[in-house]
Amino acid sequence: MRIALRVNGVEAEADCWEGESLLFALREKLGYPGSKNACEQGECGSCSVLLDGVLVCACLVLAAQADGHEVTTVEGLASDGELHPVQRAFVDAGAVQCGFCTPGLVVAAADLLERSSDPSDDEIREALSGNLCRCTGYAKILDAVRLAAQDRSG
Amino acid sequence: MNRLEAVTKDSLRPPPARARITAGGGWTSPPWAGSASGGAAAPCAEAGAGALPEGGGEGPAGAASTAAEVSTTAAPRRLEVGRIGEAVPRADGVPKVKGEFAYSSDLVAPGMLWGHTVRSPHAHARIVELDVSEAVAMPGVHAVLTHEDVPGAKTYGLEIPDQPVLAIDRVRYFGEPVALVAAEHPEQARRAAEKVRVRYEPLEPVVDVERATEGPELHPEGHALRRGFGSAELPNVVRRIVIVHGDPEAEGDVSVSGVYETGLQDQAFLGPESGLAVPDGEGGVDVYVATQWLHIDRAQIASCVGLEPERVRVHLAGVGGAFGGREDVSMQIHGALLALRTNRPVKIVYSREESFTGHVHRHPSRIWAEHRATREGKLVCVRMRVLLDGGAYASSSTAVCSNAASFACGPYNVPNARVEATAVYTNNPPCGAMRGFGAVQTCFAAEAQMDRLAAALGIDPVELRLLNALAPGDTLPTGQRIDGSLPVAEVIRRAAALEPPPPEELPRDPLRLPGGAGNTTRGEGVRRGVGFAAGFKNLCFSEGFDDSCAARVRLLSDGSAEVHCAAAEVGQGVSNVILQVARTELGIDDVRLAPHTTATVGSAGSTSASRQTMMVSGAVREACRAALAEREARGGGEVDVERVYRHAPTSPLDPVTGRVTGERAHVAFGACAMKVVAEVDVELGLTRVVWVGAAQEVGRALDPRAVEGQVEGGIAQGLGLALMEEIQTRDGLIANASFTDYLIPTALDMPPVETVLIEDPEPSSPYGVKGVGEPPAVVSTAAAVAALRAATGRELPRAPVRLDELAGL
Repeated sequence: MRIALRVNGVEAEADCWEGESLLFALREKLGYPGSKNACEQGECGSCSVLLDGVLVCACLVLAAQADGHEVTTVEGLASDGELHPVQRAFVDAGAVQCGFCTPGLVVAAADLLERSSDPSDDEIREALSGNLCRCTGYAKILDAVRLAAQDRSG
Repeated sequence: MNRLEAVTKDSLRPPPARARITAGGGWTSPPWAGSASGGAAAPCAEAGAGALPEGGGEGPAGAASTAAEVSTTAAPRRLEVGRIGEAVPRADGVPKVKGEFAYSSDLVAPGMLWGHTVRSPHAHARIVELDVSEAVAMPGVHAVLTHEDVPGAKTYGLEIPDQPVLAIDRVRYFGEPVALVAAEHPEQARRAAEKVRVRYEPLEPVVDVERATEGPELHPEGHALRRGFGSAELPNVVRRIVIVHGDPEAEGDVSVSGVYETGLQDQAFLGPESGLAVPDGEGGVDVYVATQWLHIDRAQIASCVGLEPERVRVHLAGVGGAFGGREDVSMQIHGALLALRTNRPVKIVYSREESFTGHVHRHPSRIWAEHRATREGKLVCVRMRVLLDGGAYASSSTAVCSNAASFACGPYNVPNARVEATAVYTNNPPCGAMRGFGAVQTCFAAEAQMDRLAAALGIDPVELRLLNALAPGDTLPTGQRIDGSLPVAEVIRRAAALEPPPPEELPRDPLRLPGGAGNTTRGEGVRRGVGFAAGFKNLCFSEGFDDSCAARVRLLSDGSAEVHCAAAEVGQGVSNVILQVARTELGIDDVRLAPHTTATVGSAGSTSASRQTMMVSGAVREACRAALAEREARGGGEVDVERVYRHAPTSPLDPVTGRVTGERAHVAFGACAMKVVAEVDVELGLTRVVWVGAAQEVGRALDPRAVEGQVEGGIAQGLGLALMEEIQTRDGLIANASFTDYLIPTALDMPPVETVLIEDPEPSSPYGVKGVGEPPAVVSTAAAVAALRAATGRELPRAPVRLDELAGL
């Protein structure tokens, strides 16, 4: 079937097999491999995207379900060549190691800061508890989110 | 009609070309090079752009202008990092946060096929019949391969080539590869795989580690070394080591003993096994893969596909974590076989479920220990028996066994000891390398023993450890004298001095109680405990292994330099180390890092055993100095030199006595100590780790923030083994191959960590540097379970601790 959607503000179309997830379509058909395929079971959050502004795991959404909708991926966060404050903070805080979880965490953290401009540590931990990271132990990720919150408010 | 067949024509055609991988050369820019202006585009950066199939309309229009080929002539981009000792931004940080870093599962090539692996549903069975005729005829299928299609060696392995590329007449573990399929769409490949007819005759699986040596022999060909214990010719022994030190019958005033177990832990790296194999059109193949050691992959691929090593080039694709789980090959040989057979690029990406069977795990262990000491607390004798379940194939079991034996007594001065370590074959999932291997298991037992001894003697556990702490000049049970840096007492003192936060008042937000958002308690039944542990491990490869690392430095006429090194960047930051060392040695900023590949430089050895920072530092330093000397001798001009660094030689342990046969079996050591505060709901068995304080000696921190990241990450993996991580098997079959059922710590499970780095330069090492990745993972399981014991008063002899044990059910 043919699907048409907006990805990061750009109209896109693709022919998909009905069983394909939005994640597969983004990565393999539409040219947005930034969302990651760590579990494809909805457990790790590495494929987190915004679907009509709502944080979802792209692996749990069928490509067909996204037909006619708006998707924002990690590739769509930076604007005019400037990193999103969360992206900048992840680099500056040393929150990136292997980086496979990073795109999902960046999208989830950006979503958190849209909803809560000055989150407590507990809020950050809960908001990011659906995003698994195996390298960092999360300490520098928390630093990054705090830093991004400061940047945005400052 | 098959639904998939119906859509084949349009939706399953080859995807848009993005990573135009030039056959024969691979890309010459690092995977992150495309992220900034002026560099070659990364495979991922031009994703979806450019050569769209006619009428496709896929791909964001806005990205089309970024279309670029990864050519063999593209110049590597200059990377912004500083000199050694500085906290510097990761060279690959920006592309990673933008989603532009090309991981091994992101690669695409024109005309690419998808590979899929047919795996055994049995832990142990004879293959009676294997029929691929129906699968071959499925839509979109280009090849179906079995062991008969393996043109070279039929088996491979890191130390012992006992593992079939594809099962021959027998399967020995659940998930063992039996056949391969290549098709145009991954779903076609999966469906064709279902049509491969394999008739199995199930055999009784050997799953009880204590009865493995009773047989039947799982490798009747006799692959195992059986070196170690006199003439022991027991079935299924991969390796047995017995270390006899002093008088192992020596008695003390006090004796404590215990039996301990650790479970089957998974590396659970987030990037699944994946890669792309591209035929070069001349009978050779390029393999782009996430691995820990490019050159050993090449050796194994070349051997099995029957090619000269030069005709196989292995290039590092972005690695989504490793932790030991990428030391053995996964899809490398399979991808190369399919690519050479179909003459098309072939991509293989494991699912998460498949990943649980696609790599080796941490050896489960069973350990019997007895510690004898004087009334004053001086250790007199340690007696320990360690049994390691190696699973179906050897992998690195021999080295894991060696480490378990070498570090069984912990970082303490032990005058008399008898340590026996045995790794056996079973039909359980194969085990091999995982962060801290061998030392994690014995640290768990040895540190529990030290706490028991402290309790029996009425001595403070930290004092007991200090009283027995190893120091330079002391002798290990193997007879090796410690001649380098090992400030154990300092590490223990500094960790003990860290002050945990005071107990939190009640009532509290449920998130800050055991059970968390489950809202299971208001604080009643919650007990707080503080645990302490110390441990150590070898750094670099040991026991006579010819451990080397090559680096190549080109000084160019424009004043810049280019460094080639095949060391695998797995997320730990070795790319930064290479550049920091080169900038420091060359005294210039304009240093570029060429792609990590077998094509342009010799082997760097493995990114494992906490060795790569030490080895790369040595190799890059030597190559830089040689390049400067050569330019000086020539009076200027461009130079291009390659140098190979080796650390001081080691020698094997004596197969009969377990003693060192030369000066040393291990070249250097790293020690760590930790204090953990935990709360336990003793009614429900739920836990909350409140705080971790860690002290680690690191030689010299080349980048302190990166070192902290290693410590924090290592602690998280150790807490996982303490609290939640275990692959569940039933008769050898894995029952929880998903992140739904195999839990790893989340941001809610990980407490704040306070880290102290102690710099005590290693005299034998470049810049005094030490590897840092493993020691925290060695210690944190022991320290966390000690805190749970303190909170509950229970023995808790097993990691991961089970809820019913904590609740006393």
